[in-house]
Amino acid sequence: MTELLAVKGVTKAYPGVVANSDVSFSISEGEVHALLGENGAGKSTLVKMIYGLVRPDSGSMTLRGQAYRPGKPAEARRLGVAMVFQHFSLFEALDVAENVALGMENPPPLRELSARIRAVSEEYGLPLDPTRMVGDLSAGERQRVEIIRCLLQDPKLLIMDEPTSVLTPQEVEILFKTLRQLSAEGTAILYISHKLEEIRALCDEATILRRGKVVATCTPRDRTAREMAELMVGAAFTPPERRAGEKGAVALGVSGLSVDSPIPFGTSLKDVSFTVAKGEVLGIAGVAGNGQDELLLALSGELKVAADRVRIDGQPMGDQGPVARRKVGLVAAPEDRYGHAAAPDMSLIENAFLTAGVRKGLTNRWGFINWAKTRAFAEEVIAEYDVRTPGPGVAARALSGGNLQKFLMGRELNQAPSVIVINQPTWGVDAAAAAQIRQAILDRAASGAAVVVISQDLDELLEVSDSFAALNGGRLSKPRTVEGLTMDEIGLMMGGAHGMEVAHHAE
Amino acid sequence: MLRLEKRPTPSQFWLYATPVVAVLLTMIVGGMLFAAMGKDPFAVIRTIFWDPLFGGMSGYLRGQLIVKAGPLILIAIGLALGFRAGIWNIGAEGQYIMGAISGAAVGLYFHSMEGFWIFPLMVLAGALGGWAWGMIPALLKTKFNTNEILVSLMLVYVAESILAMAATGFLRDPDGMGFPGSKNFRNYPSAHNADLIAGSGLHWGGLAALIGAMIVAAILLWHVLGFQIRLAGQAPRAARFHGVNPSKLVVLCMGISGGLAGLAGVFEVTGPAAQITINFNVGYGFTAIIVAFLGRLNPIGIVLAGFLMALTYVGGEMASTQLGLPTAAVQVFQGMLLFFLLAVDVLTNYRVRVGSGAVKVGG
Repeated sequence: MTELLAVKGVTKAYPGVVANSDVSFSISEGEVHALLGENGAGKSTLVKMIYGLVRPDSGSMTLRGQAYRPGKPAEARRLGVAMVFQHFSLFEALDVAENVALGMENPPPLRELSARIRAVSEEYGLPLDPTRMVGDLSAGERQRVEIIRCLLQDPKLLIMDEPTSVLTPQEVEILFKTLRQLSAEGTAILYISHKLEEIRALCDEATILRRGKVVATCTPRDRTAREMAELMVGAAFTPPERRAGEKGAVALGVSGLSVDSPIPFGTSLKDVSFTVAKGEVLGIAGVAGNGQDELLLALSGELKVAADRVRIDGQPMGDQGPVARRKVGLVAAPEDRYGHAAAPDMSLIENAFLTAGVRKGLTNRWGFINWAKTRAFAEEVIAEYDVRTPGPGVAARALSGGNLQKFLMGRELNQAPSVIVINQPTWGVDAAAAAQIRQAILDRAASGAAVVVISQDLDELLEVSDSFAALNGGRLSKPRTVEGLTMDEIGLMMGGAHGMEVAHHAE
Repeated sequence: MLRLEKRPTPSQFWLYATPVVAVLLTMIVGGMLFAAMGKDPFAVIRTIFWDPLFGGMSGYLRGQLIVKAGPLILIAIGLALGFRAGIWNIGAEGQYIMGAISGAAVGLYFHSMEGFWIFPLMVLAGALGGWAWGMIPALLKTKFNTNEILVSLMLVYVAESILAMAATGFLRDPDGMGFPGSKNFRNYPSAHNADLIAGSGLHWGGLAALIGAMIVAAILLWHVLGFQIRLAGQAPRAARFHGVNPSKLVVLCMGISGGLAGLAGVFEVTGPAAQITINFNVGYGFTAIIVAFLGRLNPIGIVLAGFLMALTYVGGEMASTQLGLPTAAVQVFQGMLLFFLLAVDVLTNYRVRVGSGAVKVGG
């Protein structure tokens, strides 16, 4: 196969961090090439340089033998490089065809464009009605809009940044079929992910980045996921260990919980019911935006509901705020770390007080804060959860995402809670730290806490959960025990392939 | 090329250096303004900043500094609490007027009676008047989600109209031969807020300002309420997660700042002003906004800023009487101070980088 893109010794530094250091690799025509690495390994910076969003400090690139130095994405697209981002740039109040037209330099008349969208979606098994409002589409369908927008430009190289994080297992299968078809037609695909099984299923070659450097290249099919994980992390690592805890009485009971979303374009919860016993971990899966944030708000007490909808240790607590719920033993950890779970400009000491004030007795009866005791608690969390920071006095925003997450997890888990609710416990956290956080969650469950883990990472949920349910459009499926659950069943619980009934009908 | 780059943590140095740099820049640019008007800039700056403290009339003028700084500090510490929480009470001027009217009305009601309890009752009425005026924008915000900036500001003009009504109508001195203005509290010992030490300029208001600053400082540093106020201002979602009720906080902060502005009003009307007149208010409520920011929304800083701002008032008056400088020029000078402060403040959170900051692309 002929070489399409070659990257030679590319370096890019940001103040305080070298994102890419002397990175070289190449992609042939029709090759599916994986870019593998932990968060912060430099994958995003590298593809942004290829797509013309960022200029390298040094090094060079060639595309089909010609020097390639895109100054802006439009230039990259003109030369046949297209990219589907992890976060979509779509207007919800416009229809599919209008959104596609907005991303084109010289869009044809809408009627003609709609016909072309139909043709391309038919050809690649990505059904999409050009007249539908984007606001009504599921995440998987929105991704199809982005992919078709790229395909209309007839790209030679398609870059996909973590495309499966918003898809159900069925939708992933359909996406892979499309990508294989593209590759068979000679389009090269640069596939960014840290999901190793996916890469083994899809990719021909893999370049593994660690701390901005290429540390290995391999053929994913010939390696085990474990081997690749160790190349990524740079060390052998042990998966968390389960200790079978005693299941006790029901600690958290939710029944008939319906609540309107306070978030614009959010998903309202509809008749959500489940119970979690002492020592049990309930995993709640779901594609992003199906009610996860709302469920966390309703459980933490930020959204109040009728008293008997949420029971903690048998007490009706639905109409109580976060402080009262903490008092009876419920701690919660929201997904968004910078601004929701933590105040970015406040110190770790102040952030420790943010939720731990009630349970750790950090105020006196007149409401004055015992800062010395608060600092001691912050230091305890920092030491126990291996948080890398110069000290407890630094602002939360100065910590990396993974480090801050370790601190915030420790802050909640070290309050001796009886009920724990966590949304995305390891989002953006490196593999070693993620394993550590999961272990800490399991330890809490083993010592009798009831745990709800909401996550989009199915592997994570299967690793920590005793029972499993999925959110789909604000409804929660009936919880089931994890044992014997197949990927197919999980996919159906998550809503199957949203609107994919006619996909790949030709086969 | 100059570039701004966000600092990982706010600079402690610039947090405190900003007001000093802003004052120096104001002196320089203000001096240029005065020079352009044909005045000797050095003489003007000296008249404003030096003479009130150490000049020939400083004995009297130092007292005037305390008289002016007192209400500014008292209002500004209340505003700072709200500003820290992201609640923008711009209408302290109105709350100040309503406090003065309420307090004066109580005093005038008991006129001719004597008693130690009259003055405290007036002070209480003044605080309540300011509090009530602050509650209007607070409740409209929590019930109907109106903008407290607009409502509190508009209420200043309503308060000014009520003040005019009071001075010419319901609080007018019946023995005043038809002239506008209430009876003078100087002739009514039970209601007069005299200097605690004669001639010092320090009356109950000045004392209240200093005590208030200490209490507010303690709340911000050590009390849960202070923590919640700071949290709500910096990260509103984190504040709700912590358990703050945003509506309660709005009511509380608007109430405290309104009450303190009302206190300043009643101390002024019973003390230095001594009566309700049509133009009783001289803009303390607005200037206090500058004082609050100049003092970094920090009570101790506000005490210093209050004195600095009082200096520009007293010195500005001197400059206009002695050097013929128009009053408007002094107001421009005060306004400049706020603008420079806000501009230099960027350096607390950003650092300036010269050049593109990156190695040029080779090859």
